[in-house]
Amino acid sequence: MDTPLIEFKDVTKRFGNKTVLEGVNLKIYEGQVTTIIGLSGGGKSVLLKHIVGLLEPDEGAILFRDKPFVEMKKHEMNTFFAQMSYMFQDNALFDSMTVYENIALPLRETTRKGKAEIDRMVKARIAQTELGDAAGKFPSELSGGMQKRVALARALVIDPRIVLFDEPTSGQDPVRKNAILSMIAQYQRKFGFTAVLVSHEIPDVYFISNRILALYHKKIVFQGTPDELDRFDHPFKDEVIISLEGLRDELSGLHTRRLFNVMYHAQLKHKSVGDTYTVTVFTLYVQEAILEGLGYEEAQGVIHAMGVYIDKHFGAIGGFSTRHKINEFVTVLPYSNLFEAEEMVASFIKDFQERGIRDIRLGGRRQGFVLEGIEISIHAGFAQGQPIAELDAVIESAKSQQKEIGRILCSAKE
Amino acid sequence: MVLDSNSPPLPKREDEWRLFTFLSRPFAVLGRGAINRVDNLGAATIFLILALLKIASPKQLSKIVQQIYYIGARSMMIVMLVGLFTGMVISLQFYYALNKVGAQGALGTLVALTLVRELGPVLAAIMIAARAGSAISSEIGIQRISEQIDALCTMRIDPIGYLISPRIAAAVISFPLLTALFDLIGIIGGYISGVLLLGANAGTYFYRVQTSLNMKDVSDGFIKSIVFAFIVSTVCCFQGYFVHMRTDSHGAKAVGLATTSAVVISCVLILVSDYIVTSLLM
Repeated sequence: MDTPLIEFKDVTKRFGNKTVLEGVNLKIYEGQVTTIIGLSGGGKSVLLKHIVGLLEPDEGAILFRDKPFVEMKKHEMNTFFAQMSYMFQDNALFDSMTVYENIALPLRETTRKGKAEIDRMVKARIAQTELGDAAGKFPSELSGGMQKRVALARALVIDPRIVLFDEPTSGQDPVRKNAILSMIAQYQRKFGFTAVLVSHEIPDVYFISNRILALYHKKIVFQGTPDELDRFDHPFKDEVIISLEGLRDELSGLHTRRLFNVMYHAQLKHKSVGDTYTVTVFTLYVQEAILEGLGYEEAQGVIHAMGVYIDKHFGAIGGFSTRHKINEFVTVLPYSNLFEAEEMVASFIKDFQERGIRDIRLGGRRQGFVLEGIEISIHAGFAQGQPIAELDAVIESAKSQQKEIGRILCSAKE
Repeated sequence: MVLDSNSPPLPKREDEWRLFTFLSRPFAVLGRGAINRVDNLGAATIFLILALLKIASPKQLSKIVQQIYYIGARSMMIVMLVGLFTGMVISLQFYYALNKVGAQGALGTLVALTLVRELGPVLAAIMIAARAGSAISSEIGIQRISEQIDALCTMRIDPIGYLISPRIAAAVISFPLLTALFDLIGIIGGYISGVLLLGANAGTYFYRVQTSLNMKDVSDGFIKSIVFAFIVSTVCCFQGYFVHMRTDSHGAKAVGLATTSAVVISCVLILVSDYIVTSLLM
């Protein structure tokens, strides 16, 4: 693998007699989304504050592109920190400044840009984070979700190469949590920065993370992809992951991946070779440009409504579903073959086109989202599996056969 | 006998050792307190030097002007009010005393010299410490506990240069101006009380004010007010900036205690330094 952008080598941090980090080793790679998970009070924020230079280790070394911080010259340190932004858990907005002034602050104080250029950059971020109406307001006049967006806009306004997010979704409802994560993922793809998140929003963070770091008992006990974490056998998984994950995906109301896998194994793994089941994969596509202009919360509202609708339809006929990716659902229909599945999915498509899209619109409105000007394309594909087949392979097969089954078109007049 | 860390405690008998510990405890507390204060004094001095070094950095002018408004302009009313009644009451007291010896003509001299040399700088500084100093301390304290200062660090904005330097510069500019205002209003207060209410001669009052005050009196008063400006602004900023280091409390309570400490320490140091500066200037 490439040289890590940031590396911790045997980092130990103590506050008085209390050791918070002990011999921590970790690697963060450039251009990836890395999420640090662990229990509350476990030292995740302390770890993040070491990266941004707010704290220094008592022992061990932090390296930037293989060079220890302590060996870096002052101008190298300045260059390194200048390309870094930090989004605080409690936002740390300046309460005596308006939203506009908060976002403009790093540009005004740390760059030589002119007033007009700063104004253009700030207004662009305000528009991207849907804060147009709040630009002249003070943070205390905003909701928690809007304050998060202001903090996000301030973190991104300098076009950083590394952005550290300390629990960016804390205190948010499931729709807004996923909206913020979706926004981070989209900006990360768009601007290509390295994102480091501290979060315990499991499984939501899996959908946007390239790598997961597990902090457990003052040490990093796991570094790898979300899929590798699924196969990781360690007390951390029982104590932390399962307790944080729960049984239902908060956003969609569907089973979590873990429960879904348990149900899959319980119902299908012990069947005889001749038995079959089918897997249907639904994917919602929203153009990123539309997302950026019209709202992440609306898109998450649609994902929520879609999950509820899939559960309602397929749950009634013995199917079980989960959210596989941020905008992808997987439904297993046990004891069915391809022909039966085709009929069931055709029935779902008909029902979905007649009532589902309307329900999704109404669901969005009930949650306060006006789905105006949004066009969401819904694709579905299905494949048949046998108990001996690996579920992932059947899912991939179903995805490869996806075609559009419906389109939610919400014009401004509706 | 040489005592080192490995030496057994003396005296050896346990009850005697307890008595020794008990008796020495007040000295230990006193010593710790003294060390703590010297430590804080050193830290505050370094804090002031760092802030002074950053006053001349770019983009400071607008922040200094803004702080002059908060510290100076918004303290004007309270300074004028206190100045008026201080002038009136000292005029009243002096008139009473001078009347006993038949020297009412010296009223203007006493009022002017007392105000310009002593009461003007001291009372103006105490009033600013109470109004603006407490606000500075609590504002910076809240910024500290709500991680706004950490946020500045992560944005590569020097918090001392951004928050402290403009306040110290603004205080150094505002204190002499407010002292001058206090002196002026105090003299007018003395006129109202001594001349309009008690019947002293108006011409004599203003003639004495004019002839008894010389430039040294005025400049000594201004020197004092500048010294007080450094003291008040440094103490108030320091208390707020390091509110998270307090061991006696945390969070909002710590901000409250820091604000109280800022005002109390400022007032005490104003009076102590007033004596020192006066004796040096005499």
